[in-house]
Amino acid sequence: MTNAAVAVSKPKWRFKLTKRVFSYPYVLFMLLFVVIPLVMILVNAFLDADNNLTLENFADFFTDKSSLVILANSLLVGVITTAICLIIGYPLAYFLSKMPSGRVLVLFYVLPMWVNFLIRTLATKAIFIAMDVTLGMGTVIFGMVYNYLPFMILPLHTTLSSIDRSYIEAAQDLGADSSTVFLKTVLPLSVSGIISGITMVFIPTISTFAISQLLSNGKIFLFGDSIQMKFEQGLYGVGSIMSLVMLVFVLVSNFIINRASRKSGLSVGRSLW
Amino acid sequence: MSDNIIEIKNVTKTYGAKDAVKNASLNIKRGEFVTLLGPSGCGKTTTLRMIAGFEMPTSGQILFDGEDITNTPPHLRRVNTVFQKYALFPHLNVFNNIAFGLKMKLIPNGTKRNRKGEEVQLFRKYTKAEIKQKVDAALKMVDLEDYGHRGVSSLSGGQQQRVAIARAIVNEPEVLLLDEPLGALDLKMRKDMQLELMDMHKRLGITFVYVTHDQEEALTMSDKIVVMRDGVIQQIATPETVYDEPANAFVADFIGESNILSGVMLEDYKVEFADTVFECVDKGFKKNEPIDVIIRPEDLRILDKEDKMTILTATVASSVFKGDHYQVTLMAGENELIAHDTATYEEGSTVGLYIKPFDLHIMHKSRIINEIDTEMADENLVWIADGKFECNCPFEAGTPVRVKVDFDDVIITDDEDDGVIGATVVSSIYKGSYYQCIVRTDDYYDFFVDTDDDWLKGDRVGINIAPEKILIERREAGAPAEDSAPEVVDQTEYSSDAQSAENNAENVAAAEKNETEVKG
Repeated sequence: MTNAAVAVSKPKWRFKLTKRVFSYPYVLFMLLFVVIPLVMILVNAFLDADNNLTLENFADFFTDKSSLVILANSLLVGVITTAICLIIGYPLAYFLSKMPSGRVLVLFYVLPMWVNFLIRTLATKAIFIAMDVTLGMGTVIFGMVYNYLPFMILPLHTTLSSIDRSYIEAAQDLGADSSTVFLKTVLPLSVSGIISGITMVFIPTISTFAISQLLSNGKIFLFGDSIQMKFEQGLYGVGSIMSLVMLVFVLVSNFIINRASRKSGLSVGRSLW
Repeated sequence: MSDNIIEIKNVTKTYGAKDAVKNASLNIKRGEFVTLLGPSGCGKTTTLRMIAGFEMPTSGQILFDGEDITNTPPHLRRVNTVFQKYALFPHLNVFNNIAFGLKMKLIPNGTKRNRKGEEVQLFRKYTKAEIKQKVDAALKMVDLEDYGHRGVSSLSGGQQQRVAIARAIVNEPEVLLLDEPLGALDLKMRKDMQLELMDMHKRLGITFVYVTHDQEEALTMSDKIVVMRDGVIQQIATPETVYDEPANAFVADFIGESNILSGVMLEDYKVEFADTVFECVDKGFKKNEPIDVIIRPEDLRILDKEDKMTILTATVASSVFKGDHYQVTLMAGENELIAHDTATYEEGSTVGLYIKPFDLHIMHKSRIINEIDTEMADENLVWIADGKFECNCPFEAGTPVRVKVDFDDVIITDDEDDGVIGATVVSSIYKGSYYQCIVRTDDYYDFFVDTDDDWLKGDRVGINIAPEKILIERREAGAPAEDSAPEVVDQTEYSSDAQSAENNAENVAAAEKNETEVKG
């Protein structure tokens, strides 16, 4: 009996190619790599080394002063990195959006992202060592800014270059000189770009690892690094708690950012979200 | 002080190789409602943007109240603009949109003496209460009293339009510039807003400069119409003059419906067209000069063919009811004429036509033959706009020549590749029995072409010319062909020579008076 004959004789389940079918791979992916790991983290957080239900892990984390310092450090590095990215990225994106060749030039800022970030970071480290720069907080923040600047420039450039010229002309027409035009129209109209830029830089920086370790010779430990270390040491419980804390921070900052963007009530220009 | 608030002097604006505005001169009087009218791409918006300061003229001068503002940035000009798509700030509500200009404005606030004893003008900003009062007054003016707190995106098109107008007039500009402000509104709304704008113009007493492509809008609203085409001002006149005495075939065709026919001016007060001699009121043409005759459809009187007033007979081709009149299409020999009449006529019947001498508008033809200065490419080959045309001419390669081609000897082909050179159709005007098209080659030479077909504006076509139809004569190298457009005068300002002389006398007197004042 051939396969074809089998198929014909069993018409009970017929495969139909509907739109829904195309979502199956993603659903499977989500289940395997997002939902199940999250559940595992949640379960691990409440288990001790002998797989007994416990709340010990929470107490361990929240009483351990060094962990809390690391958390505060991470947030600080995140804020500083985001601020620097915004200060460098906004003027850059603004001038690029004014230039006719801006679209191409933006590509140059995105280009380094095509190289793996570990390789980039190692290369940066090599350069610092060759230049005799002491590795520490400064170099870590440099590495962070270097890695995440494109994520700030891209949404800002998209928003800024989609601002209709007529708004600027209207402001000029009503008596605004160039600095007033910027403060009263361009800046408020680009708020959505600023918000998505901040989201795309701040959230990854507070959870990042490796960059800080490599660029400070292991002197500076950020939250991401310490989670990684806890798992390496087999402390799954505490590691899971820390992951949950991280998750809460990401959710909270996302919530605040979303609120801010809704408050500004902007559907002006395109943002990346 | 002259009563011209804006004077545009020989202004040209060039983008790349293309002139958006060519040598435009225009005076706008204080308190006038001036409309810049023309098809899209005619340079009317560019002219407005140069007055507003968003574009700098390539050459020429713009005076505001006698003061040169050619290079003044927009925020220092005492004009405000209502933009085509309103350009209301989406991050501000209606109140703050309108208050935008007021919040920045500095107003005189007395004077004081500084340490050197000089008078110093002091300025202050408007107080919150003053701003609120002014914004509320502006909102009231546009009938949107209760909308101050609303976001602009929640408003309808008509309401946004009103906010845009309020935002401009609240600053009390001396000139209000309006760039096709009613373009995005539906017909009914547009009619209402037209009346409101006219009313506003009367109440505010400020100068309005209005840009539109809608001839009816222009005729309804304006004190003065400036008709533009291809960056060149065609006519500056009152709506009545533009309609009744169009300066050329383009204006006649663009404004209202009209019959445009080719004819010959036999002598003063006598014109021949459609194989008939008519009396007219025009004089001063050369003997037997080819001219264009324009007849408005409502000026064609249909009579019985036996009537003693009948000048020419025609057959009725069709008669269509149009609400308040019938549109009657008549064939007089080869010429098609359109008449508006209150009665209908049977198709195929023969009728008589009468036109009052006063209703015949006779115009110089802008050109009677295509004339191009070029060089020979080879024996029997001549360069015309990047293409080598065959011709019957023994001059050697490189000889400078002048080429002449009659309008009906230029052949347009549907497919660009079938022609020797490609070109774009710029305009097509029906002239009774044929269409006169203007096709522009890629190096901006305009060919006038008489054809039987109506070519679509903007289409790419090919151009062919039969070798024996190309007339070639040797020319002095370096002598360019004259293609000077006649100077366009403002017909509202100088309706007769006598008056202009009077004006001059007044100006001289005024100037003398000024001088004596200075001396005194």
